Amino acid sequence: MVVRVAMRDGNRRISSEMGTDVDIKKDRRRHLLSDTLSLSFSLIRHTMADQMSDDDESRQSPQSDLDFTSNKARNCIATGSVSGHPEFRLPYPDQVLENVLENVLHFLPSRRDRNAASLVCKSWYRVEALTRSELFIGNCYAVSPTRATSRFPRARALHLKGKPRFADFNLMPPDWGAHFNPWLLSFAKAFPWLEKVYLKRMSVTNDDLATMAESFSGFKDLVLVCCDGFGTSGLAIFVSKCRELRVLDLIESEVADDETDWISCFPECESQLESLIFDCVESPINFEALEKLVARSPSLKKLKLNRHVSIGQLYQLMVQAPQVTHLGTGSFSPLEVDMQDDQEPDYVTAFADCKSLVCLSGFREIVPDYLPAVYPICANLTSLNFSYANITAEQLKPIISNCHKLQVFWVLDSIRDEGLQAVAATCKELRELRVFPVDAREDSDGLVSEVGLQAISEDCRKLQSILYFCQRMTNAAVIAMSKNCPDLAVFRLCIMGRHRPDHVTGEPMDDGFGAIVKNCKKLTRLAVSGLLTDKAFEYIGRYGKLVSTLSVAFAGDSDMGLKYVLEGCPQLKKLEIRDSPFGDAALCSGLHHYYNMRFLWMSSCRVTRQGCQQIACAMARLVVEVIRSADEEDMDDCVETLYMYRSLVGPRNDAPKIVTIL
Amino acid sequence: MANMLGTELCLGLPGGGGGNEVDSSPRTTGKRGFSDTVDLKLNLRAKETDMDLNKNLDNGSEEKPVSAKDPAKPPAKAQMVGWPPVRSYRKNFMANKSTGEESEKASSVAFVKVSMDGAPYLRKVDLKMYKSYQELSDALAKMFSSFTMSNYGSQGMIDFMNESKLMDLLNSSDYVPSYEDKDGDWMLVGDVPWQMFVDSCKRLRIMKGLEAIGLAPRAMEKCKSRA
Repeated sequence: MVVRVAMRDGNRRISSEMGTDVDIKKDRRRHLLSDTLSLSFSLIRHTMADQMSDDDESRQSPQSDLDFTSNKARNCIATGSVSGHPEFRLPYPDQVLENVLENVLHFLPSRRDRNAASLVCKSWYRVEALTRSELFIGNCYAVSPTRATSRFPRARALHLKGKPRFADFNLMPPDWGAHFNPWLLSFAKAFPWLEKVYLKRMSVTNDDLATMAESFSGFKDLVLVCCDGFGTSGLAIFVSKCRELRVLDLIESEVADDETDWISCFPECESQLESLIFDCVESPINFEALEKLVARSPSLKKLKLNRHVSIGQLYQLMVQAPQVTHLGTGSFSPLEVDMQDDQEPDYVTAFADCKSLVCLSGFREIVPDYLPAVYPICANLTSLNFSYANITAEQLKPIISNCHKLQVFWVLDSIRDEGLQAVAATCKELRELRVFPVDAREDSDGLVSEVGLQAISEDCRKLQSILYFCQRMTNAAVIAMSKNCPDLAVFRLCIMGRHRPDHVTGEPMDDGFGAIVKNCKKLTRLAVSGLLTDKAFEYIGRYGKLVSTLSVAFAGDSDMGLKYVLEGCPQLKKLEIRDSPFGDAALCSGLHHYYNMRFLWMSSCRVTRQGCQQIACAMARLVVEVIRSADEEDMDDCVETLYMYRSLVGPRNDAPKIVTIL
Repeated sequence: MANMLGTELCLGLPGGGGGNEVDSSPRTTGKRGFSDTVDLKLNLRAKETDMDLNKNLDNGSEEKPVSAKDPAKPPAKAQMVGWPPVRSYRKNFMANKSTGEESEKASSVAFVKVSMDGAPYLRKVDLKMYKSYQELSDALAKMFSSFTMSNYGSQGMIDFMNESKLMDLLNSSDYVPSYEDKDGDWMLVGDVPWQMFVDSCKRLRIMKGLEAIGLAPRAMEKCKSRA
């Protein structure tokens, strides 16, 4: 993408001869881009300096058809021809520079690039801050809302994350924090034009939803992932007041049943809805109102229904919205009433008519007899989520054998190794695989094993991400995957029985994970399990140079394990450890690195209060939270949970009693 | 929080022989939240921790976690909190599905939603925890403290034999419990023997007596049919 970087003083374009062409896409490395621009600037400045000394009288500015305004983003800057010389006042160089920058920086959506750009100099910092439209805050306690609003005055979108991931597994008290409210209040004052809010693992109340709807008149997109604290009554207020709502995505969130019919609260007029995802909402919905809503939402592309929508109702919706690209089918089972009819709807045709359908999920209460309805669209599917469908390999095969384009596949281990073999046989384009357990207990029967993993690795060579729950695994299969799938960036293996060795050799699983970090050069996320000694961590420290997220449970022998990782992994940002024998010495070995990390979590390890205190004293910008288990007066010195994170704000004031901030 | 604790359902493990089920059957037995109740920390504490309590309250269920003292749970097989790392939503989803597949009626829990007109939130009760209408009434009274159920007869049932008494009740501004039965009809609580009620009740609604008058004709019919 070649961009003509032209110079402008206010509204006037300076001679196009002074412009320069920059190929944005060619230079993938942004520091080179800034070098190029700096070079160009210095040339331009030089030229301008000459010109300024030459000009005696003011001239008319050219009429350019294709002026650009400094706030437009994303379009290539078109240049038109210039007739005559422009007139300009004497601009100081920085201002010119900033104007140019402003336009160029619009092409930098990536926040990492922007962060880099903002470090160049004060001028760049200023301009970058003015042009950043999406704020990403990875830890809501790392920075204060006011600081964010004052630095980035033109933000239109907020992406905010709260609790650490282990909170999903009940390892954190439910009232721990991550309240959206203070952010909301700050943003409501500073950005009445806010359009988009994306929250993950935050606590949102009904009042917050109401406030959002009232404060942001042009609000468009709300995405809540793994959030809680609100209910259907809050949703009702929200949807009724947000007249420009485009996206309402509730993903894996806990939504209280306040017995409010929120679907009926959408405004009656034609809606701009493009995405409505509510498959995690446990309460029944008013289907009639939903049907009418879908009928008046011509732009609707993503629709994911909850389990209270029957297959008969799904049919009615699909007929109204054949343009959908992402569909969550709801229960995929009939109501008793439906079954009594002699004539069942033509589900096959309904699916066949959805020619744009690429992503299919749902199947919350699947009656497998209806699965053949899906055949017509299998060939188009790039994403298929069967992770709530307890189906067998036999039931899967007819579907999966047609899914040649499939890239993302989530499934239950009920399909067993045989089912995975069927997946491998067809899905050559597979990028992401997640296999969840039907019976998520330590001592359950394992339904998948190294056999399934091996089959996948042999045939799905483009695999980038895998999450695999099992009870039996071998080093050999893991090593095979490390060699067969060089693109692996995410490797998460969960052997559910704790401390389980390679079930064939009886060896620890060290070599398998070692091979992963060694051979998968793009690996950024790793979760380990099974019987692991310090050796595994030595491998991770030695080879895992790109690893940024690491999850450890029931692993390691001594402090050395953690030391290897903290000393060896320069990209480590998120480290979550539970039930492993790492103590204070190991903790202290990471002092050099903690400011580079988003957080460190250690629960049921061997760190003591003194150890945590040492860290807290040594590092002023680290918030060190110690979370007790509910039993008061813990006699021993060991800390139940340590959660620490870098922060510009210092200790928060909304922590519950159970949390002590050192 | 104290209120919630006051209405905590007591210990009784679902299925009676709860301990056996952990060891013998490899699958979840499908009793709702069973694996939740078994969650214990590895360094067993003498009393339940708040964490376990909170965890069970996570999904709106009001079961108490099994105390570590429970002899039916050998520590070696105790489930760790939060392990395997599957989100509770998914864990419970699979557990509940098994319930549906196996046998609904043989289930030893009978959770029903309870709503009270004017109260901002719903509650849930397990009807199988009570043996009579009186016990239920007491529990509901604790839950919704402004609610008092009025005169139940000697068997703990509303005296349906007496029409005028019934009308008095319905004309008062006292709250009256009603329930939705299997057929989707709304009835006054107390008109059938307790066990039958437990088997057929799908949800409860506590409404003002005056509003419940609409339900009275059915009650009246039952009066007559009994007479």
